Amino acid sequence: MANLTTSPARPGSNDPPKKSPTKYNSISAIGRVAGKICIKLRMSTIQPNVEQPVSEEMALVRRAKRGDDQAFEELVRRYDRNVFRIAQHITQNREDAEDVVQEAFLKAYSNLEKFQEQSKFYTWLVRIAVNEALMKLRRRKPERTVSLDEDVKTEDDSLPREVADWSPNPEQMYNQAQLRDILTRTIQGLPAGFRTVFVLRDVEGLSTEETAEALELSIPAVKSRLLRARLQLRERLNRYFQKRASGDGDQ
Amino acid sequence: MKCSEFLNELTNYLDGALDARTKSELDDHLAWCHNCYVVCDTTRKTIEIYRNSELYELPEDLRARLHTAIMTKCSGHKKSNPAGS
Repeated sequence: MANLTTSPARPGSNDPPKKSPTKYNSISAIGRVAGKICIKLRMSTIQPNVEQPVSEEMALVRRAKRGDDQAFEELVRRYDRNVFRIAQHITQNREDAEDVVQEAFLKAYSNLEKFQEQSKFYTWLVRIAVNEALMKLRRRKPERTVSLDEDVKTEDDSLPREVADWSPNPEQMYNQAQLRDILTRTIQGLPAGFRTVFVLRDVEGLSTEETAEALELSIPAVKSRLLRARLQLRERLNRYFQKRASGDGDQ
Repeated sequence: MKCSEFLNELTNYLDGALDARTKSELDDHLAWCHNCYVVCDTTRKTIEIYRNSELYELPEDLRARLHTAIMTKCSGHKKSNPAGS
């Protein structure tokens, strides 16, 4: 590798070699190889999944592509819970979420041949599920334009207005049912675009890159929505979780 | 560093996606700015609470029903498109 880094850069490598043709040829060959390595390295930082060995997931996908329905069923078993959660978060409706789970897996099944294997199957599946869920939401709430690009202008909503410290264990201030109710109502109040990014990134644990790919957004767009989603949720949860003065029975 | 600059980097800070120099600038800011410290801490808690919340878990009976429905639809699709997938 040391030779590669010291080999001369030869942008005009079509020039005829003057001294030792074989040596120059080999250096330019090395240069070309080095160039390829650089391209691969650069690519691998953008798309970290491309060069990985075949994962268990991809092995299942390939079997499913060859018509093995058991392999596809295993993929359903692996991801149905995640797809259901995502669908329910976006549609905010149980029946719609059930439909989305079925439609997303059926679409994945019938389009499996088109899956290029350049990303994780799960990211591709999430993309299908998010699109299905947004369609349901648009149908249910036609009065509101539902788009991942919405509310880009509401810059100020995310700025912290209230800065109060929370109780050290905010979850323990409420019983499970109350907490569930608080969290559900709070996240449902977020615009769909912010909610979706938050759910994929922070609840489902997709990377920023995977979230961007699943939502067909740029990485800066994902980061900006994520920041605002997180700050808005924090702001809304303030009233439930902030430290209470001793003996204060408020809230 | 201004508080607005800190806020702009908050997501990268919480995700550990910063170079060492920027991270140390943010740490310095947090050391003296109580408001940013609280916003950062409560935002972190927000994420953790949602991550651990298990909202919308799929009940096993519904899961079984969905499975059957999905695989039935898939096999129907296969029969109507024998040359396809």
